[in-house]
Amino acid sequence: MKKIGVFLCHCGINISATVDIEKAMEALKDYPGVAHIEDYKYMCSDPGQQLIKKKIKDLGLDGVVVCACSPTLHENTFRLTVKAAGMNEYKMEMANIREQCSWVHKDKTVATEKAIKIIKSVIEKARLDEALDPIEVDITRKAMVIGAGVAGIQTALNIANSGYEVILVEREPSIGGKMAQLSETFPTLDCSQCILTPKMVEVSNHPKIKLMTYSEVVDVSGFVGNFKVKVKRKATGLDWDVCNGCGLCTEKCPKKLPSEFDQGLGERKAIYRPFPQAVPNRVVIDFENCTYMQSGKCGICQKVCPVKAIDFDKEDKFVEEEVGAIICATGFETYSVKDIPEFGGGKLPDVVDGLTFERILSASGPTGGEVRRPSDGKVPKDIVFLECVCSRDPEHYLPYCSKVCCMYTVKHAMLYKHRVHDGQPYVFYMDMRTGGKGYEEFYQRAAEEDKVVFIRGKVSKLYQDDDKIVVCGVDTLSNETIEIRADMVVLATAIVPSKGIRELTKLLKIQIDQHGFLSEAHPKLRPVESLTAGVYLAGCAQSPRDIPDTVSQASGAASMVCTLFANEKLKHEPIIVGVNEDICSGCGICTVVCPYDARKTNLEKKLVEVNEVLCEGCGACAAACPSGAAQQNNYTDNQINAMIKAILGKGG
Amino acid sequence: MEISYYPGCTLKTKAINFETSALALLEKLDVKAIELKDWNCCGVMFSQSQDNLMKQLAPIRTLIRAKESGRDRLLTLCSMCYNTLKRSALFIQENEDKRDKINDFMDLEETEYFGNEIEVVNILTLLDEIDKDKLKASIVKDAKDLKVATYYGCLLTRPKEVAIDNVEDPQIMENLLEAAGCKPVYFPFKTECCASFQVVSRKDIARERTRKIVDSARKNGAEMILLACPLCEYNLDKLQKELHEEDSTFETLPVLYVTQLLAILAGVDPEINDYSKHYIDPRPVLERKGLL
Repeated sequence: MKKIGVFLCHCGINISATVDIEKAMEALKDYPGVAHIEDYKYMCSDPGQQLIKKKIKDLGLDGVVVCACSPTLHENTFRLTVKAAGMNEYKMEMANIREQCSWVHKDKTVATEKAIKIIKSVIEKARLDEALDPIEVDITRKAMVIGAGVAGIQTALNIANSGYEVILVEREPSIGGKMAQLSETFPTLDCSQCILTPKMVEVSNHPKIKLMTYSEVVDVSGFVGNFKVKVKRKATGLDWDVCNGCGLCTEKCPKKLPSEFDQGLGERKAIYRPFPQAVPNRVVIDFENCTYMQSGKCGICQKVCPVKAIDFDKEDKFVEEEVGAIICATGFETYSVKDIPEFGGGKLPDVVDGLTFERILSASGPTGGEVRRPSDGKVPKDIVFLECVCSRDPEHYLPYCSKVCCMYTVKHAMLYKHRVHDGQPYVFYMDMRTGGKGYEEFYQRAAEEDKVVFIRGKVSKLYQDDDKIVVCGVDTLSNETIEIRADMVVLATAIVPSKGIRELTKLLKIQIDQHGFLSEAHPKLRPVESLTAGVYLAGCAQSPRDIPDTVSQASGAASMVCTLFANEKLKHEPIIVGVNEDICSGCGICTVVCPYDARKTNLEKKLVEVNEVLCEGCGACAAACPSGAAQQNNYTDNQINAMIKAILGKGG
Repeated sequence: MEISYYPGCTLKTKAINFETSALALLEKLDVKAIELKDWNCCGVMFSQSQDNLMKQLAPIRTLIRAKESGRDRLLTLCSMCYNTLKRSALFIQENEDKRDKINDFMDLEETEYFGNEIEVVNILTLLDEIDKDKLKASIVKDAKDLKVATYYGCLLTRPKEVAIDNVEDPQIMENLLEAAGCKPVYFPFKTECCASFQVVSRKDIARERTRKIVDSARKNGAEMILLACPLCEYNLDKLQKELHEEDSTFETLPVLYVTQLLAILAGVDPEINDYSKHYIDPRPVLERKGLL
């Protein structure tokens, strides 16, 4: 019989306060297969690990059961421990008597009984464990970053500066994202353009970064270290290799349209560059609105172009790239004012969202940085800012806090006051959330030095009355209803994931939460990884966050990619599901249930074949297989049956 | 099309204009509204008390009558009746134990009611269901871009579980009136409360509401306020008269049920409306537009 060593951890008092360790040891010491049993206060500590190593060597153990926390936390720790003592690391098993036992029970007697059952079942599993070796895979040391806002830019630069190649994909004609639209940034009030544009230039000049703007990811296959990504390079109507970005065409084009970059306040042409500092400095034709494309008449841009770059070619091009890691940094949008009927539903021109106000404040914006309202260009003297618009409102809109609105609203009110000295800004807030370095001081400064009036309470309605916007609200500190006749209102609308995120996550096979934000592998310990190996997250695509947090997370994601690329070969978990060719009939049921496309039916051989690298060991196929041909390594039917028997008290 | 029709008390007395005009309009649109037999008061207000089930008996009994009619939809004109019936049905649908208790208590009734057998339909919803082209075809008089303020009050859009349209910015009336050749104006007070029963004990509140609502409608160019609630009609109509008597600078606007105007535009004899029931006479405006 195999010799199993059982090691019980007290986890301080996390386990021992609820599970009677002594009693458990007494009950287990004569269980079949148990060659040694021992407890220690902190098994994961160095003395604890040394203890396990010593017993493996001294007693020549065949398997180890560590009775402690969840394998999510320390399976890897103890695998390394037993490996160091010369044992195959897959013969170490964790019995989770903390999360699944001591933490969820109060009654010590019951918890102890349950812990004993859990441990017995894991001993049964350990007795049948086989020695396994990790599967080795080659790796392509090139990364793809999807989304070129500040998150994507930072990630790309970090990876590229570490010496690896990066492809940076952006669906807009220019990189820069939302940050390029911002005026000044809290809490230091440095100009967004001044800190972002040098990074944009660095990206475009970097020898290791290949920029693909006006492009979208349309297909992803493969697996960590070996992804194949198909990218659609949208037709621009001209040859970017020939275009020199002189901009003569945009001057001469007669067709005027609202500028997306200026949130519809300014104008652009049908052939345009989103903003003067765009990277790359190239133009695109808006086919839907181009007179020549619609009627065949015009073609002025073609006539004036000094380098003859314009060809009106409407054909999208597709390219395939091989990369080892993908970073999803697709950013955010703000909840549309059109969908908020109580605040005018987008029909009141002087009710704008925060991003629009950024453009009004921006030196490169449609008003050159002068605060003027959209309807008639007047300087607003009474301006009201509403926070938590659609955020923190589970009844009607979204339950979560959008995190950045408190700070940017304070900044808006402050910048407004700096430009309109005789104006009065009012802010309606629910709670001021100003956690962050220098943030609370910034808020205090706005209230004390810039005389911003902060009103705690919500606004129920906005309506137009003559040339005023009437703000109907309540001050919940004095319990009085308030009406302010404002010249302009700015809504801090909720942050939502950018459009298309659902489609993209399907391609990448990564998860999103109920609001469409990307799900991280672990909320605390693996915040920049997705659950799919080789796919990482950065920026607001994961959850609302400000620029400092975004840049930190982007660097974190880049460092994870570099860690991956530092491996000689990739090691893939051997706990996968193979095929017993003697039993498999090739029915293909397992191929249908496999979420990773790891299983394919070979019709000639009438067998299912497995791509071991794609298999994540979820076991769906093993459960579905009608004949038992699909058995998961170290989770065979025999092992699971033995575990169940042990739990039901029929083991041993 | 046939539909069961529940009038409610007000529709037979103060709001008789609502009933006569609505039924005449529906006839023009080939809808036959068949009045329930042996109906009783709707209960007037949905009871907020979870335990006092007595207050649910009136609406549930009405729904039992509707079930016995063999038709699965029940038309209401009065927004209060609509709100009460719909919410009571929802209440017993969501509270099985209370539903059983109510049915046990009413065991002399031959029919039991479970909560989802009858769809309570407001007149605006019913009109909205009718194809707009058909509606347009039935319009025979030119409204000459009559500028109207559409007033929903609260009962048609609150709570949101029974709202006939978007809670904050309903559009049903606007769409109907636009199809009939009228011009709905911007009217931010369209879902503001008229003060409801406060008119009895706190008339000052009701007057203040009426002034605000009417001022806003007029300021935005409306020539007339259109609504679909007898209580709103009473408050806005009667209190305007009082406000005007006190302060002659206060300019009044006539208040009509939306069906009164639509019926006239659809060719129903304008005299079907009893204009003596109005506190602010709507005839001068109708005359100006050549609708009388």
